[in-house]
Amino acid sequence: MTDPTSTGATGPRLTVNKDEPPLSPPSIAGESVVPRGAGGDSLGDDPTAPPIDRPASAVVGSAQPLGVSTLEKSPVLGAGSVAAGGKKQFADRIFAGLASGASGFVIILVALVAVFLVIKAVPALGDDKVNFLTSRDWDVAGHRFGIVDLLWVTVIISILAMAIAVPISIGIALFITHYAPRRLARPVAYVIDLLAAIPSIVYGIWGIIVLAPKLEPVQRALYHLSGIPIFKNKGYTTGTIFDGGVVLAIMILPIVTAISRDVFERTPRTNIEAAWALGATKWEMVRMAVLPYGRPGVISGAMLGLGRALGETIALYLILSKPSAGPFSFSIFYGGETFASKIANNAQEFSTPTQTGAYIAAGLVLFVLTFVVNAAARWIVNRRREFS
Amino acid sequence: MKLYRAGVIAGLIAGVVALAACSSTKNSGSSSTTPAGGASTTGSSSSSTVDCATGTLNAEGSTAQTNAMTQWINDYQKKCGGATINYNPTGSGAGVKNFNAGQVDFGGSDSALDPTKGEVAAAQKRCGAPAYDLPMVVGPIGVAFKVNGVDTLTMTPDVIAKIFAGKISTWNDPAIKALNSSANLPATKITVFFRSDSSGTTQNFEKYLKATAPTVFTATPDKDSSKSGWVGQGKAKSQGVAQAISTTEGSIGYVEYSFAVQDNLSVAAVDNGGGPVKLSKDTASAALSSAKVTGTGGDLTLKLDYATKAAGAYPIILVTYEIACSKYTDAAKGKLVKSFLSYTATGGQAALPGLGYAPLPSDLQSKVTQSIAGIS
Amino acid sequence: MTTAVVERGPGASLASPGRGRRKIKNGVATTVITLCFLVALVPLVWLLWTVISRGWHVIVKSSWWTGTERGIGYRDPGGGAYHAIIGTLEQVALCTVISVPIGLLVGVYLVEYGRGALSRVTSFMVDILTGIPSIVAALFIYAVFITTLHGQRAAWLVSLALVMLMLPVIVRTTEEMLKLVPNELREASYALGVRKWKTILRVVMPTAFSGLITGIVLGIARVAGETAPLLILVGYASGLNTNLFSGFQGSLPGMINDQFTNLGSGNKAYGLDANGNRVLIHNYAPDRLWGTALTLVIIVMALNLIARLVGRFNKVAN
Repeated sequence: MTDPTSTGATGPRLTVNKDEPPLSPPSIAGESVVPRGAGGDSLGDDPTAPPIDRPASAVVGSAQPLGVSTLEKSPVLGAGSVAAGGKKQFADRIFAGLASGASGFVIILVALVAVFLVIKAVPALGDDKVNFLTSRDWDVAGHRFGIVDLLWVTVIISILAMAIAVPISIGIALFITHYAPRRLARPVAYVIDLLAAIPSIVYGIWGIIVLAPKLEPVQRALYHLSGIPIFKNKGYTTGTIFDGGVVLAIMILPIVTAISRDVFERTPRTNIEAAWALGATKWEMVRMAVLPYGRPGVISGAMLGLGRALGETIALYLILSKPSAGPFSFSIFYGGETFASKIANNAQEFSTPTQTGAYIAAGLVLFVLTFVVNAAARWIVNRRREFS
Repeated sequence: MKLYRAGVIAGLIAGVVALAACSSTKNSGSSSTTPAGGASTTGSSSSSTVDCATGTLNAEGSTAQTNAMTQWINDYQKKCGGATINYNPTGSGAGVKNFNAGQVDFGGSDSALDPTKGEVAAAQKRCGAPAYDLPMVVGPIGVAFKVNGVDTLTMTPDVIAKIFAGKISTWNDPAIKALNSSANLPATKITVFFRSDSSGTTQNFEKYLKATAPTVFTATPDKDSSKSGWVGQGKAKSQGVAQAISTTEGSIGYVEYSFAVQDNLSVAAVDNGGGPVKLSKDTASAALSSAKVTGTGGDLTLKLDYATKAAGAYPIILVTYEIACSKYTDAAKGKLVKSFLSYTATGGQAALPGLGYAPLPSDLQSKVTQSIAGIS
Repeated sequence: MTTAVVERGPGASLASPGRGRRKIKNGVATTVITLCFLVALVPLVWLLWTVISRGWHVIVKSSWWTGTERGIGYRDPGGGAYHAIIGTLEQVALCTVISVPIGLLVGVYLVEYGRGALSRVTSFMVDILTGIPSIVAALFIYAVFITTLHGQRAAWLVSLALVMLMLPVIVRTTEEMLKLVPNELREASYALGVRKWKTILRVVMPTAFSGLITGIVLGIARVAGETAPLLILVGYASGLNTNLFSGFQGSLPGMINDQFTNLGSGNKAYGLDANGNRVLIHNYAPDRLWGTALTLVIIVMALNLIARLVGRFNKVAN
């Protein structure tokens, strides 16, 4: 289970199979091998992928915010030359205007949200009697709000979810694309897609009523490791960060799987065949051709999942127990509140501007957090592209 | 070919819309004439005639009175076919906020409008006339527990506060034993459960502890349990607390009586100094008799006496108010509010015991009906 | 199942010193990958099973699809989800009507026109939009339309909040799908003298049509189950209200939340008789809760299937 990630974490592609000297890397190195690959592949006339399967797999894959695709070409190649050549027709202008107008709308919308969040948060932060970023206090009536506990729980629960979901997702994606018989692969892929559509309130109710009691023995088994701070026994049975993390993992599993599956599926046929031609075993083929090709996509899928985990509201609101005020604990077998669940827990308390502002400030931190994650992912993917 | 495709989409969309539109009009007609589904199990259709009004009312607020409202709305709508009433249990804070913002026609709240927060002024502005706090439902809060082999326990405020503060941490603590000499108390560790979401139940429970055990419970009563200084775990909603108690051996928590009943939890008798009092509709009603009306005019804001030592009065109660305008700008709305609230204050009270609430004591009930008569 | 797929590569004939080790590695990898799949299948099947097994007997009754919860308490049998289905469909439909044109146009802009600062900023903003949690989107709409403009809470505000969640999904899908359209098609069209806007509408978008539709469906799936905006922007009505612009409105997630309040430990619950004595009662809230969840899943699944059929149809027409 750890294999896919460790491979994913290795550096540039050329080092991938350094432990297999007989297989020479350069011949299968990049996606630039056959120029026809990108266009031909994408239209769905690849014999290995039935046409109907295309849109399905593209559905979730395309939701990735990071623009990972098989394309290296400039999207406006032809358009630019024509536009430069002739004078624009009226209809052309209208259409271009509509398109850029829609873009402008999105920009204004986001700017409005940001301005609103800041405007509403700033007065509350001004009233804050403790340091917003370093205090553990949250007493809105007393104008004392610090986010340390919220930040910790939000981050640890998301990391836990990622640690569980990402390796498994990569495994499932590989299974669907390269291991399972095609007859089985399509229904399985469909079922996993469907799970992305299950509302989070259902995950929450299922998580606290059905799953959490069954996770308790697992939790008790892990108490044997309680020398490590994160496994410390805090006397909680259900509603722990661990329970929440597992449910979050299940929730983001379909997202990460779908995107990984999509990029694995798009591995150029030539790369795979080159690996076969070199006498690679199936796993070697996967490591040499599929994983390096799909790595940026997997990262972007993981980041999308992380974004969802950080902002998940209603499921964690139902699952997480709230710990009583007490000394800080690193344990994942402890209750807690995330930014989003804290806001939901107190949604009815937005009566004065300061109270509302305190929660909006928490929302702003969450917003910045998800944004940083997205930006980091984009940066990673862009850097990878430059290498290859 | 492209036109064809566009036509297909347009057709699909049109089809879906038309389908929805058709069936919705058809059903909106039928659903108001046909009573939907089966009959209520706790029918209270016996008493009094109702002076019906027509129209739609939207209300929201306290979750504590949800089941009473559901029952009342059900009964009222059966009697008055032309009326639709929606009650959205979003919490007392939301009830007050949205009433004052003119978002709902009346609000439900576990605490009366607070003049120090400007709520009274805001309500006056919203109505163009004074708003009334009308006590309507008495909701006893049970101190529910689960201890193997123990069905009945007596507790004093001091013991309850100490358990919640972690100063009493096992069930065989001498302080508990002294009150329950006959019970076979185990050495089990006590697990405390409280509400994680902001709630009037928490606030009233804290008010009770503050009034009766001020040396142990030192925080300011608040809907948010964050500053309570309690040990244990917070769970979402009454449902979550009741569920947690029912599945955890050695646990204790506070929960509205109906939820304790729903999961068949044992509820402690409380001894305020006048002897142990078991929770029942009568003992909860009795506690309200010692409350004072502090509101003026038609407003019936109550000051509860949590520390009452009256025999047979169960002191941990919350009272939910309906907050309504004394005068509505829309006369038809006013008429419907008046009609519905008159029903809840009179005939509707009979339904309360079956739902885990206590009815208003008769002297208070007559004051409430008098106030409602003044609504226009 | 596992053994059938172990060795497919032609590499078996290669005789090299590391061959045994390589074979073992390959076997281990195959096992681990298959195990991953099986491990993941456990909670997935479990959840679906929970929803289906606890909800199916509720939704097979015709009254479920025609009745409402008007006047039905947790101790009363019967009732239906018609009001909630209509509410959710209306809210999602309005959201879709707003999101789709804007989302498609932004996607077109990014792929076909996008060069320079505006394109980069737009792309950046769509990324930000992706990261906005639903509760923050709802708070934003609340502050604009209710605290600032003093409007009434109503279902159409939910649709507006959902637009913020649906837009980035549609934009990104459109972008990806249009990028997949080979440039040769565009060039051929331009070579024939077709204008750019016509090329986009008649060549590029039809080629990517099925992908665009499935993207829209993904957007719908993303928003259909959202609960947070419902909690803040509209009240839950247990009766039918077809008016998006006034009053409370039922919705499927709202109905799940409503039923959760009285969930208890299951169907077997206790209640009080008129004298306040505990009696055994039947609690119908769990049935309705899982029935509603199943209904929501079925509706989304049906939308998915429609989208696939449209996609298939499109291929045939080509």
